[in-house]
Amino acid sequence: MQQAEERRIEEAVEQNDVAIRVRGLRNSFGDQVVHEQLDLDVRKGEILGVVGGSGTGKSVLMRSIIGLQTPDEGEVCVFGESMVGRLDDEALAIRKRWGVLFQGGALFSTLTVAENVEVPIREYYPNIGPQLRDEIAAYKIRMTGLPTEAGPKYPAELSGGMRKRAGLARALALDPDLLFLDEPTAGLDPIGAAAFDDQTRKLQQTLGLTVFLITHDLDTLYSICDRVAVLADKKVIAVGTIEELLALDHPWIQEYFNGPRGRAATAAVEREKNKAAPTPPDGRR
Amino acid sequence: MNKAAELTEEQRDGGTVIRLSGNLAIACLHDLPARLDGVQGPVDAIDLSQVDHIDTIGAWTVHSAAKRLDAKIVGAHDDAQRLIEAVGGLDEPMPIRPEKLSPLARIVGQIGEAVVNASNTLVGLLGFFGASLVATWGLIRHPSRFRVNAVVQRFEVVGVSALGIIGLMSFLIGIVIAQQGSVQLRQFGMEMLTINLVGRLTFRELGVLMTAIMVAGRSGSAFAAQLGTMKLTEEIDAMRTIGVSPMEALVMPRTLAVVVMMPLLGFYSSIVAIIGGGFLCAVALDIPPITFIQRLREVVPITDLWVGLIKAPVFGVIIALAGCYQGMQVKANAEEVGLRTTAAVVQAIFLVIVIDAFFAVFFTWVGWN
Repeated sequence: MQQAEERRIEEAVEQNDVAIRVRGLRNSFGDQVVHEQLDLDVRKGEILGVVGGSGTGKSVLMRSIIGLQTPDEGEVCVFGESMVGRLDDEALAIRKRWGVLFQGGALFSTLTVAENVEVPIREYYPNIGPQLRDEIAAYKIRMTGLPTEAGPKYPAELSGGMRKRAGLARALALDPDLLFLDEPTAGLDPIGAAAFDDQTRKLQQTLGLTVFLITHDLDTLYSICDRVAVLADKKVIAVGTIEELLALDHPWIQEYFNGPRGRAATAAVEREKNKAAPTPPDGRR
Repeated sequence: MNKAAELTEEQRDGGTVIRLSGNLAIACLHDLPARLDGVQGPVDAIDLSQVDHIDTIGAWTVHSAAKRLDAKIVGAHDDAQRLIEAVGGLDEPMPIRPEKLSPLARIVGQIGEAVVNASNTLVGLLGFFGASLVATWGLIRHPSRFRVNAVVQRFEVVGVSALGIIGLMSFLIGIVIAQQGSVQLRQFGMEMLTINLVGRLTFRELGVLMTAIMVAGRSGSAFAAQLGTMKLTEEIDAMRTIGVSPMEALVMPRTLAVVVMMPLLGFYSSIVAIIGGGFLCAVALDIPPITFIQRLREVVPITDLWVGLIKAPVFGVIIALAGCYQGMQVKANAEEVGLRTTAAVVQAIFLVIVIDAFFAVFFTWVGWN
């Protein structure tokens, strides 16, 4: 069974279907082991949600994939190229193809929002002239739902939600194939969070993105994730759609999805489905 | 997939058509946007039927060229059509950076801002000094609130860890003063006066002044950066909500540590500088250490020591308050922490030198010269 699964994944790699491939990852800080023998595949064109309790190493996993954290052991491949031990100025061809949204937005505080969006373009594509660069920054910012006035503002003048959108605009600046989002909806009000989810989904469909999404937000998981990976016991214990995960008999997964919040999110999805279902002409169901 | 984007102009049905081909993604655009800009109308249509792949930046390029040339977009496949419509819907000018003022208005504005800032800082520092006096009075009335551990910890950071660098600096300064002084005094055949020079100068002025500059650079800047970062991470707000006064918990231990350490460090610095001077006298001027010390006792009045020791705690208050005050003023972002740290050191050193001048006049007036 396991061998069959492995062979299937091998084939998938050959067909270039896997965007990120993590094998046998081990990360530790001093005596504390965060990951041990962690395996994960992210398929091209999917939104993969990554969940796990606090301190299970979700952000560390993301940092290992994008090369900010050198793992003790293991292999990380992005678009078929190994990212382990690469210096900041290596593997540029891969770096151009991803965008990262950090938890706090991580905007450069001395630049305006629009200048922040221009940084990756200026850095990687000096052939793009200043006027075109300004235009690109303008439509990217608008694409993430920010108003026109936000462009010339400095990050310190923005609210937390606007900063996240600006961070997303910068992550999208180069039209990446792969987008990393670290808790994009944390700290947003429910309306803002729903709008952000909606925006992410729309962008993913328009641009054909692969999204690696770390989240605690059950509504986000239900509404936009194609698959969900669960981090626990130092590894990915399960990957699949929410229905598949619910069928598993793991105490943390059951508690997570069947806790009061999980049930509320499920109920919301059910309501949405019923609303969308065609009603008979006489109005009765 | 990675075929570079190409542009060809052709005549078709009596009009000009621009045909784009290859990969219209950002990595393959190269000089295509510039060449599209170079095309002068009239153009009837832009033909995308030969385009393999397109991203939003390619779509934007096509959209803006079509808009400028008033041309139709033809032959776009579904993806391209969708992207061009998507970015076209977002077409609206946006300012990139805040509006710039004219140079004259900017200079006048900057001067005005600097004047306002300087007076605000002075008033703010005075207010902060007052607040620290209030906090001191509070601590005197409720000695149980005094944080002994915090103060002792600061003693170590401000005082003990500074011994090495201050000692080295003072030793070298002692040597330099003695060496430079002896060169001048030799012209009058009065090399023995080098001892007067070293002894009086280090005790009265240089020992304490150099220590103050070093402490401002080491500890004043650290205070500003620490408190500034705590302000950014809302630690100070959290303290207030728990009912802990940051003035008592953060500012008082630091101020007290510097005030107590400054006279000790200043005295230590003077002694090491004298040793440096004595070392040079022994090596270069053939004045044996015994003679040096005897002569020192004859020419340096004890009031010189008092002068240094009285000034030291005052300098300490200035350094600590400037550092803490600037740290507490941090509001917006990490960059401000850097600016405030710089301001703390500059203000501390400037004020120390100003106050030192007042002291010089004062001590002459009371006859300690």
